[in-house]
Formats: sequence, structure tokens, C-alpha cells
Amino acid sequence: MSIRDEVLSGSEILDVRGSAVLSLDHIKELEGGQESLNAFLAIADPEELEPYDRGPLAGVMVALKDNICTKGLPTTCGSSMLKGYRSPYEATVVKKLRRAGGLIAGKTNLDEFGMGSSTENSAFGPTLNPVDRSLVPGGSSGGSAAAVAAGYVRVALGSDTGGSVRQPAAFCGVVGIKPTYGRVSRYGLIAFASSLDQIGTIGATVLEASLLLEIVSGYDARDSTSAQKPVPSYKDAVVEGVEGMVIGIPTEYFPEQLDPSVRALLDEACERLIDAGAEVRPVSLPHTEFAIPCYYVLATAEASSNLARYDGVRFGVRVPAEGLERMYEATRGNFGTEVKRRIMLGTYVLSSGYYDAYYGTAQRTRASIAHDFKAAFSEVDVLLTPTSPTPAFPLGERVLDPVAMYLSDIFTVTANLAGIPGLSVPIGTVGGLPLGAQLLGPWWGENHIIAAAGALEASYKEDT
Amino acid sequence: MSWETVIGLEIHVRLKTEHKLFCSDRAVFGSEPNTSICPVCMGLPGALPVLNPEAVNLALQTALAFGCTIHFESVWARKSYFYPDLPKGYQITQFEHPLATKGTLMFSGSEGDMSVSIRRVHMEEDAGKLLHDRVPRASAIDLNRAGTALVEIVTEPDLRMPADVRLFLGELKQTLEYVGASDCNMEEGDLRVDANISVRRSGSLRLGNKTEIKNVNSFSGVERALSLEISRQIATLDSGDTVGQQTLLWDDHREELREMRLKEESHDYRYFPEPDLSPLKVTEEQVVAAIESLPELPRERCSRFKDIYELKDYDAEVLTQSAASADYFEELVGIEIDPKVAAKWVTGPLQALMNERREDARTVPVRPAKIGALIGLIERGIVSESAAKSVLVILAQEGGNPSDIIEEQGLIQERDIGQLTSWVTEVLAKHSEEVARYRGGESRILGYLVGQVMNDSGGAADPRLARDLLIKQMSNE
Repeated sequence: MSIRDEVLSGSEILDVRGSAVLSLDHIKELEGGQESLNAFLAIADPEELEPYDRGPLAGVMVALKDNICTKGLPTTCGSSMLKGYRSPYEATVVKKLRRAGGLIAGKTNLDEFGMGSSTENSAFGPTLNPVDRSLVPGGSSGGSAAAVAAGYVRVALGSDTGGSVRQPAAFCGVVGIKPTYGRVSRYGLIAFASSLDQIGTIGATVLEASLLLEIVSGYDARDSTSAQKPVPSYKDAVVEGVEGMVIGIPTEYFPEQLDPSVRALLDEACERLIDAGAEVRPVSLPHTEFAIPCYYVLATAEASSNLARYDGVRFGVRVPAEGLERMYEATRGNFGTEVKRRIMLGTYVLSSGYYDAYYGTAQRTRASIAHDFKAAFSEVDVLLTPTSPTPAFPLGERVLDPVAMYLSDIFTVTANLAGIPGLSVPIGTVGGLPLGAQLLGPWWGENHIIAAAGALEASYKEDT
Repeated sequence: MSWETVIGLEIHVRLKTEHKLFCSDRAVFGSEPNTSICPVCMGLPGALPVLNPEAVNLALQTALAFGCTIHFESVWARKSYFYPDLPKGYQITQFEHPLATKGTLMFSGSEGDMSVSIRRVHMEEDAGKLLHDRVPRASAIDLNRAGTALVEIVTEPDLRMPADVRLFLGELKQTLEYVGASDCNMEEGDLRVDANISVRRSGSLRLGNKTEIKNVNSFSGVERALSLEISRQIATLDSGDTVGQQTLLWDDHREELREMRLKEESHDYRYFPEPDLSPLKVTEEQVVAAIESLPELPRERCSRFKDIYELKDYDAEVLTQSAASADYFEELVGIEIDPKVAAKWVTGPLQALMNERREDARTVPVRPAKIGALIGLIERGIVSESAAKSVLVILAQEGGNPSDIIEEQGLIQERDIGQLTSWVTEVLAKHSEEVARYRGGESRILGYLVGQVMNDSGGAADPRLARDLLIKQMSNE
């Protein structure tokens, strides 16, 4: 298996030996100029790239979300707190990419510490959607999705805590996969919410995203939550087809208020899957309505703890002040608004006297949501839903309305709460803007959702 | 009406593991600051903890030594607070679901055999250390200690007297050393004690307001701090005031308790399950193996020594003070040395030698076989006991064989009756006054005269033969 051999050498975008047609110099020029998407926070020095010609990724450029620790480049998490931070060690996924012959093209923009759905919460400015520069690219892996959609790179890594790979992939018209929790090592992924975070892949096609996933997957002794499960061939899954596959349509993901044009595209996707040999039937996931509150209790609780280390003593740009307490306060004042909001929420829900009412309830709800999926997957192989209720929205539209922003993740957070794999694949456009369908699979069933996505992609390709 | 004191303890014990609790750095002490650190124990962004199974076994043995109930599944939790020596901003510990609960520890206290209930034993990681003397006008942080494995032992409020607290802690320390769970070196902070203390009317069942004493690093310090705090609480209550809940820091140099700033103690630790680690699972086999590898504990060993070897209480207690000296003693007995003689040598000359050399029975270079041989030579009359003590010192310094040393140093006992008689006659001639006192019934003076013969002979005379000759000559004349 090789991304280069199978896909990219024949593509118009990359040639061999790691020099993209869009070379790093070219990307630098574009990103530094008036037309900049601000997709990258750092771009590698071409001189420093070693041209590999071995391994499945030989010479392929990969962009990394800037919360993945990388040697030789800064890792900022889109936060002024980690401005200029250089990790002395490298994430397991980066080691795997290098070992496979991949070249690290640069680090991509994100909502600060992954907290957001539009990449507007970056301390280094928002990323623009290459489809329409007045729109957000989604988030929090907006930089990675934009870089792939703009053709800077064919593949990128993101991270997905509540939809942060799938939603920007949908907004930018590319493919994004969030694997099962524990499938990819989190060692070196700077934590937002440890029990929900999972590194995912973004690719121009289902095959590319799947091949990259195959390379970064697998057990890692450095991550106690990574699973000792064999990794099947995701490449084979792409062309497996959906003959005999049972696809569930969860009614809770198609509420009455859903935009009819979104619904129409999903209906069309359904038809295409039926044409390809799948069977479709409705299912119910009754606890879906509790997912957003449940998610925001658990994610913020974990975030408040994970971000405690940025206190100016060892991490975080220290703001000098008289005395330790004041130094802590002054330094931590440097977090962005959304991060501060979530730290406060998380601190509150973990406080003694409130813990049971919030954290305890959320944990029980989480178990119920997982149970819903377990029941559904005893009847169907995969689930089909919209990735997000709307296509990309205009920059600035939801910045001042956090709840509206949170609701753009309404269909994606459940997969993180349950730990199941999810994927977003383009299924056409609404008003000229890309829309994504989400495929959810059972635990360790990435191959099923890849197969369904592969079939959908093939069906749309036939149209052109 | 009299007052009753109620005391409960929280004891942090550093486990004797080779590596830290959640990373592969060595748990070393006394080395240069920040030389045993890695992304995990430095709390670098993105680094994740991985449990060291070695620590779990030691914690299991510790809990089992107190007869605790082991929980096959316990849960790691994060305890959050801000302090510069805590790199992640939280400590990984166990909270709602600890490794073990409900044990007891027996000890000899003011009322004879006493027991204290152990509420829980849980595992956690240690913090780093602040160094205030390395950098002018600033504090430095050493993270060598960060992430090393601890167990916290929490007692029920069963203790009533500061003196018993000290005796209890002594038994606890001895037990931990026996189990091999910790070196229990107080100066290095292997064992840290926090005490909760309150006072109530005798006979009352309701607990009074408690205060917590922290930062005590010696057992006698705990006793002194508690005595001081009891007097303060009683004085407060006697004057009609109420005791406020507070945390006090013990200052060992000034012998005083200082109130912690309100800010330092008003912590809400916001515990929640550690998402980076799955629950700690121990298997039945692991527990069985830990039980089987548990050594005989100090109190059992002490009473066995009294029963089997017919040792006096004091000797048995001294010998079982450490597993090492008890082992040493039993090795001597194993090579056919009379238990009482063996006890005398281990608690006497060997102990003196170890004190001088700052060694223990495990590290002292003179091993039991050598002392056994030396005792054999005494029994055969070849060397005197006093000469044998100097042989012991030479054995420790230079090694070698007892019989060779005795020969080289000319320490072979003189047993020739002719030679001994002439030394005895000389001594008697010089000490006519003592001879008269002896004959007047003061038999104790005999020891003095034997000593004189030993002196005159340069230590060579066989003291038993000299004694016999002295008696004989004094009763003849």
C-alpha cells in the first residue's frame, strides 16, 4: 500500500519525491500574500525536508493540526499561551508518519486548544474557507480542512473532540474520519478533553483519508487508552461496496427544523446507497437530545483540568506580577474568551457540592448515549446522518452566540461521547456550499463506514 | 469534667520502586536537580501517564500487611490545585475508589497491646520540590521527585495520646520496612505524617472541631506538636471559646505551630476520575502472590523469638526492630549458635559496630558465618570474649578469618596453668586490701581481680581459668 502509488502520483496536485506541484515555497507565498487563508501557523523549511523514497507515504506532504507535538516546528494550539512553544518530544502519530516516509508540510490553524467550531477562536486569526473566503472553514481543525480543500496538501491530521475533524471536512468539501476512541495514540496530542479527544485524518478523497488513518492507527504503549486491536486494511474497505449492508437512519438526527435542502441531499445520499445494494431502515437513538449538555459538562470539566498546567510557572507565557497568586491570575488571563469560558464552566461543574448534579449526571447520560448506539448497531451496520445542520456559515456570525456555535456540533458530539468512529463525506452542495453526510459505525468498525463512504463517493463521481 | 483527645493520621509513604509511578524515569534521590525527568513527569503538553506495575505490588503488600480488604478495581482520580512543584496542576491519586480499605495495625502502646483501624490505603504520585536557596531572589523547582510512587495510609480517629501516636508510627514504620515497601528514611521524606486532632468531653460520642497538623518530619515532632495543640485546644475550650477548623504547620526548630494562610488551605480539589488511565485492576492471582510473598511481620516475629528461642522481651524487641537484624540473628542460630549467645552478640558488639560504621545488619561486612566462627573460638577457650571484640573490628575493617587474626595478633588465650599461676600470685600480692575484702565476704571484688589478671597478661589470660585460680589461692591462704 502506498498513498503515492495508489493515488497521488497520478494526481494533478502532487508529483513524486515530495515536491508538491504546490511546493512549500508556493504555499508560503500564497499563505503570506493577500489571498492567504491563514490555514497554516507554520510552514516547514523545504531545505529541512529529507526526501524519502521509501514507505507507504514516501514523499507525501502531510499537514498537522497545531496541537500535535512536532519536533522542528512550533506547537502552539492556536493559543498565545503557547506562542513559540517547541516540544522537545514528538507525538507518536508524527513518528509514524515520518517512518512511513511522509513529509511534515507545516502546522495548521485551529480554535484555541481545539475549543470552537469555526477556527475563529485562534489567537493567530481565523482561517478562511477556500470555497468561499467570507465563510468559516469549520473547526476546530479548520486549518487542516482548508489546507486539503485548497489543494496545499492531499492529506492532513486533525483532532476530533466533538466533531472537530468531521465538521470542518464537511464545511470545506473534503473527507474527514474520526476513528474509534483508542484506535490512534493520543501521545503527543495536546489534550482538550482526554476522554473525548481522538486524532483523525482529513483527505481529498475517501481513499486518501483512509490510507492515512491506516498508517497512524494502532496500539501505543505510551497511551494507556490506546487499544490492542489489529488494524484492518482500510484501503481494501474503500472499494468493498455496500452490497447487503444495513444502514440505519436515526430519526433524532432529522428533526423537523432541519433545512429541507439539507434533508433533500441526505435523502439523495440514501437513494444512492440503496442503488449500490444497501438496505436502509429507520432507527432511534432516544438520548440524543441530551448529548450537547452532556458533552459540554464533560468536555469542560476535563479541559479545566488539562489546561491547569498553563500557569506561567513552566508553561504559558508568564506575565510577571507581585506574588505567586497574582502571577497565576495575570498569566491565565491570556487565554482567549472561549477557553476562559470553558475553564470556568468546567471548574464549576467539578466543584464540591455540584459534582454529582453535573459531572455525575453527565457520566450517566454518556453511558445511556453509548447504550443507544450499542442497541442500534445490533440492528444496523452503519448510521447515516447530516454532519452538521447547516453548511459553512459566515465569519463572525456566531462568535458572540456560543450556544448557536455549540449547536453546530449537535450531530457529531455523540460519536465522541460513545467513542465510536465517524466520518464525513461530501454529498453535494446547498446554495453552492459543500454539505457533508456523516457515517457512524460500531466500535472498531471504521472499515464499515469507509466502505459506505467509498460507495457514496464512487456514486457521485459517476455523475461527473 | 475532663477532656478526651481524638487523633487520626494520614501518612504518606514513598514506595521503594526503581521507577516512577507513571513513567520510566528512575526514582532517585540526592542527585542533581532535574536529572531524572521526562515529558510525562514534567507534565509536558501531550504527554500521558502509564502505570508502573512494580508500584502496585508494593502497595498491595503494604495494604495486606494491615489486613486490608483489597478492591479488585480501584479508580485513579485527579486532584487539582495550583502550586509550582505540581507540573500538571493536578496530582494523580485515588479518591472515591481506593486500592484498599478497612485494616488494622496492632502496636505496644501505653495500655499494652493496642490497635488502630486503617480506613484506607491508596496510591498516588508525589510532587516535585521547591529549592529556595539555589537562585538569588527566586525559587527553583526540582522535578526529580515529581511522579514518584506513594501510598497514603489513613487511620480512623482511634488514637488518644501523643505518646501512643509515636509508638504507633514506630510500629507502622517497622512494618513497612519488613514488607520492603519503603526505606522509611524520614530525612529524605520517605514518610510524612499529617495529624487530625480534636478534643471533646470525656464520654461524649460527638467529635469536636478538628485541626490538621502538617509538615512534621519526625515521630518525636509529631508527639510534641500534638501535645502542644491539645493544650491549646483545651485552653480554648476551657475559656469558653470554640476551636476553629484550621491547618497548622509544625516548625521543628522553633517548636511551634503556625497557622496556614487561609488561601493555602481553602482548596476545593475538584476530584474527578483520571481520563488518561483506565481503572486499576488487580487480579486474584496478584493478591494471592502478594499474600504469599508477605514476610512474617514484626509483632509475630517478636513473639516467636520469645517463644522459640526463650529470649527476654527486651532482646526479642531489639532483634526484631529491623528485619535485617532479625534475619542476622536467625542465621546465627541456624549455624548452631546458642540463641542467647547469638542475641547477645547481635544486640551487643555487632550493634556497636554497625552504629559506628553507620551500617545495618544487611550491609555490615562481617557476615553471620564469621561471627559464628568467632563465637566457636570463644567457646573452645581459644580467645577471650574481650579479645574477640577487637577481632570483630578487624574483621570489619580488613576481612579475613577469625582464627588467622587471633594468631597474627597474638590473641590466643593463655591456658598454661604455670603461667596463669604466676600472674595470679602477682596480682594477689599487689592487692592485699582487695583480698582481705574478698575474704570478708565481698565476693563482688572477684571481678575486679580477674580484670587485673587480664590487664597484667595483656589480655591473653583465659579469664575463666584465672578466676578459678584466684578463688583457689584466696581460699587456700
